[in-house]
Amino acid sequence: MMECGELLKELSEISAVTGRENMAAEKIAGLFREYCDEVRIDAFYNVIGLKKGQSENPGTVLVTAHYDEIGLIVTGIEDSGFLRFAAAGGIDAKTIGAMEVTVHGSKDLFGVIGTKPPHLIPPEDADKTVKMEDMRIDIGFDGPKARELVRVGDMVSFRFPVQELLNKRLAGKSMDNRSGVAALVEILKELRKVRHEDNVYVVATVQEELGLIGAFCTTYNIRADLGIVIDVCHGDMPDCPSDEVFPLDKGVAVAVGPILNRKHTRACIRLAEDERIPYQVDPEASDTGTEAAVHAVAREGIPVILLSIPSKYMHTPVELVAIDDIVSTGRLAARYIAGRGKE
Amino acid sequence: MMEVFDLVKKLTAIDGVSGEEEKVRDFILSQIKDYVDEYHMDHLGNLITFKKGSGKGPRVMLDAHMDEVGLMVSHINSDGLLKFQTVGGIEARVLVGKRVRIGEEGIPGVIGYKPVHLQDSTERNGAVKKKQLTIDIGAKDREQAEEWVDIGDTVSFAYDPVEFGDNKLMAKALDDRVGCAVLIELLKGSYECDIYGCFTVQEEIGLKGAKTASFQVMPEVALVLEGTTCYDVPDTKEQSMSTLCGKGPALTIMDRSVIADRDLLTYISDTAKACKIPYQFKKTISGGTDAGRIQVNGTGVKVATIAVPCRYIHTPVSVMDKSDLENMLRLAKEVLKTLPAAINLYREQGGKQYV
Repeated sequence: MMECGELLKELSEISAVTGRENMAAEKIAGLFREYCDEVRIDAFYNVIGLKKGQSENPGTVLVTAHYDEIGLIVTGIEDSGFLRFAAAGGIDAKTIGAMEVTVHGSKDLFGVIGTKPPHLIPPEDADKTVKMEDMRIDIGFDGPKARELVRVGDMVSFRFPVQELLNKRLAGKSMDNRSGVAALVEILKELRKVRHEDNVYVVATVQEELGLIGAFCTTYNIRADLGIVIDVCHGDMPDCPSDEVFPLDKGVAVAVGPILNRKHTRACIRLAEDERIPYQVDPEASDTGTEAAVHAVAREGIPVILLSIPSKYMHTPVELVAIDDIVSTGRLAARYIAGRGKE
Repeated sequence: MMEVFDLVKKLTAIDGVSGEEEKVRDFILSQIKDYVDEYHMDHLGNLITFKKGSGKGPRVMLDAHMDEVGLMVSHINSDGLLKFQTVGGIEARVLVGKRVRIGEEGIPGVIGYKPVHLQDSTERNGAVKKKQLTIDIGAKDREQAEEWVDIGDTVSFAYDPVEFGDNKLMAKALDDRVGCAVLIELLKGSYECDIYGCFTVQEEIGLKGAKTASFQVMPEVALVLEGTTCYDVPDTKEQSMSTLCGKGPALTIMDRSVIADRDLLTYISDTAKACKIPYQFKKTISGGTDAGRIQVNGTGVKVATIAVPCRYIHTPVSVMDKSDLENMLRLAKEVLKTLPAAINLYREQGGKQYV
């Protein structure tokens, strides 16, 4: 059984660019197998684990966390072997210059996104931002060889070894939302220690970054009585609106707002208070933009709770999270699930 | 020939931002001390070595700078984030989302950026500003950060070298560890002329080490071994590419620091032709090298620069072609072999033509 930080490090460094999660589905399934009664991978590569409840007539809890990541897609191969690309998911072009990447061609290829050296930038361009269409990936091959190895449509992921920082904080790519996947594993670990009545489905979902796609099929496939969505929210950073960012190491952020089920959310907060699980309240006046928006309107509507892990620098290659927040997220979700049926 | 490439990989894995070249110097010394007759370190930190020649010839200075561009911690915010200044020329957007090592112990940190979701439209469309950026070491507040980091600590990019593609190497600090590697290899050879191998400091903040090194050496001829700009990326005008990766070492005719000695330059390019070593001339006049300082030392020095083209220079992910490195070493060796005869000849001609 892997410790949470160790697991997250491994998860962060896996490639699963949105729409090509097949690259990592088996790996995630392997994680679930250690704790679940059944694990399967559906046609979309959602990874579904079932941990059966002890009740004769169990209810169903569905916990989802997406495991896809933002990345790039190859849109052209130049005669000189450089690759043109576009964004797969919400990428800020300002954050990808001089970045290491892995091009998932006929084999995995190392590459870098080149930038012009300051010596060659004319003064009139010094304050201009470079557009993504003007950037190229350098894989170090000439045109013919590059075309042999890479096709238009191949995906590109960022390559970033996790940095272990102070206070058990980790920085790396894809903490959005591998932190959530690590929390799913924390839930499973917790549930092993306690008796729970309900059947619990933990699902690592696909294509969230393209528009919550994986959650659509998952919430249709699994008839749930309660939905729990685990994702990241913005960590506390300078120069950001104070009601939209949440400090690290202050625990799981429990969302409140119109789309979130009021009864369950309140009960969840009460539980955190009673069990002294660190938490903070995340006000979400819109539909949250997370998979909770899908759960809420799936089938007849699934009552849904949204638990978020604060991450600084979201959608950059240095997303930064605190391990303790992931652990508190897992604990709160697991205790809430285990407490059901005793109400 | 494999040796010099391995040296580059080892050298680029070491941190040596301008002013903190010690670890690079220690490594270099371990590689060369058995091959030189004398060596010493000066007050600025230059490593100056001497290798007695077997015959007559000019006093030749070979120069490669040990330092690399990086950052320096300039303030610790109350929230524990570190403000920094750049040491040498680094473009702001190159800094975003990078991993770094701070101070002697290499405390890990990352350079964060405001998420796109929280940027207003001006921020979204505008360029990255250095002033916005901070280093995050995970500290909860200033007090905790101060336990690990001091103001004035230098900061290096934490990027390990990667071999990739067709004969390519990605690494930080190729500028100028390529020069250091070539100079180490050159010092293993034996020559007719006296050779002063100078591994200099603080090139990136204005060619500082080259000044005190050349003062001590008083050379007549100097070869500067460098990594130089290269941007042979599509949609770039050919003259703006500076150099082409994989097309041989680049000779500088002129840059912002120097106009190379014409005789020496002609001799180098003639040598390349005679030995069938590919070479190219650098097509832009941007940047400067230690040659600019060495040239005006004493009564004047004949200088030239030979350089490996480095794509994305001054970033943590600069790229070079192995063949350019090997050809630079070959060319420099050939030049040193025949230099005494050649340079005396040019001297005589020069006297007749120009005086």
